[in-house]
Amino acid sequence: MTTPSEFTWRDLEPGVIISDAGNSREYKTGDWRSARPVVDKANCIKCGVCYLFCPDIAITQAADGTFEADLYYCKGCGICEQECYTGCITMVDEEE
Amino acid sequence: MGKLIGKEVSVAAADAVGLVNVDVIAAYPITPQTHIVEHLSELVAAGELDAEYIPVESEHSAMSVCCGSSARGARTFTCTSSQGLALMNEVVFIASSLRLPIVMVVCNRHLSAPIGIANDHSDIMPVRDSGWIQVFAENGQEVFDHVIHAFRVAESEKVSLPVIVNMDGFVLSHMIEPIEYWEEEMVKQYLPEFKPLYRLDPDDPITIGALTMSEYLTEAKMAQNEALKNALPEIVTAWDEMAEITGRQYRPVEKLHEDSSETLFLTMGSISGIVSDAVDQLREQGESVNLLKLRLFRPFPFKALKEAVGNARRVIVIDRAVSFGGPPGPVASEIRSAFYSDTNRPMISGFICGLGGRDLIPDDYINIYRESLLQTEGGATETEDILYGVKA
Ligand code: SF4
Ligand code: SF4
Repeated sequence: MTTPSEFTWRDLEPGVIISDAGNSREYKTGDWRSARPVVDKANCIKCGVCYLFCPDIAITQAADGTFEADLYYCKGCGICEQECYTGCITMVDEEE
Repeated sequence: MGKLIGKEVSVAAADAVGLVNVDVIAAYPITPQTHIVEHLSELVAAGELDAEYIPVESEHSAMSVCCGSSARGARTFTCTSSQGLALMNEVVFIASSLRLPIVMVVCNRHLSAPIGIANDHSDIMPVRDSGWIQVFAENGQEVFDHVIHAFRVAESEKVSLPVIVNMDGFVLSHMIEPIEYWEEEMVKQYLPEFKPLYRLDPDDPITIGALTMSEYLTEAKMAQNEALKNALPEIVTAWDEMAEITGRQYRPVEKLHEDSSETLFLTMGSISGIVSDAVDQLREQGESVNLLKLRLFRPFPFKALKEAVGNARRVIVIDRAVSFGGPPGPVASEIRSAFYSDTNRPMISGFICGLGGRDLIPDDYINIYRESLLQTEGGATETEDILYGVKA
């Protein structure tokens, strides 16, 4: 992704359209998070409810079937902690 | 040459939209624009115009539909007036920011409250800064020509911006005038096929209107402003090429008489006709006076204006709206600002006239001329704009 310093007004596409579809993948939404979800994997039943509720689609399934947040996107809203069936997600303050 | 036909100007405007073979029309009827949309819906219903006519539930939706269809690559038209323009305001700004070449006719009408339906320019001044190209027509022929011109300019690859053609409500919209219709061949020669800069296409997806924060908003607005300023040569070229086809030559600023005079009236829209009568009467009495018609309002033609004003000592600007609490005449204040840095600048004398359709006759403009002379007699160089004829 081009960094802001390399980009001038002349480089914007007309109407500021984005012709490179799907590049929102590169958009870091996790840089203002104040708390992150930490999963106690021993108690995760792999139900995927956290994945369904995450408003940023930041949760993915790991190879062992458990779910975890991708901190590049996770904005720390805590919805997964609230919705988790077994209560195995804990929001941990980023400053800790 | 096209045919000269006696037509109501609204019907002629709709016929011009039909002639350019528009793909999508989305509009909501509002006085005094109604006859334009009625005639377009008749043309579509009768199968004479192969277009999608989308009867929306509001002007906000009309402009939203226009944005969608234009972004899909369809040649798109709408028209409105007064409250309708105010209601669609939010999306008017979006159309230009997204560089969508929509064409809109605005039948200028006074803006509520108190409610009224007659003509002035209080509806169009609030969208002055919307980023649309804006032209003003004086008569039916100019409306007809400018609908076609608007599509040519809007869709030009170098422009890709929406265009508003302003025509005064009732004074033009409901008037029957002799209008030279273009032949289909003339339109074909003048207006190429619409090739959009970008297109919504499921097979080749793009994102439009995405979030832009402080990192790039300044750059986005710089690019938008440059695009509008850079449209000027294209607008002029499209007028020059029209002149080759029709013999009618339009310019950003037009002079009634070619000579230079001490005093110049400056007008926009249909009142230019009445003011030209007053100017001619004054000239017969030996006064050194002329008329400038500001045809192009956005992008503002600074250079053409200065050339046209030349060494004139006084410019009497006739405004048709009030900027409440500011410099009262919106056009006068723009003209003042255009000349501010010049050492030899003319005195700009502003008069706000014809609000809510109040008719003025040539004698009124002769009075205005005399009042303006009195203003400078005492050596004044700055004057406050006057609401002419207010019952005090
Ligand atoms: S905290 Fe919010 S954003 Fe982060 S993974 Fe949980 S639900 Fe998604
Ligand atoms: S909701 Fe809780 S238990 Fe279910 S998959 Fe997510 S972390 Fe595991």
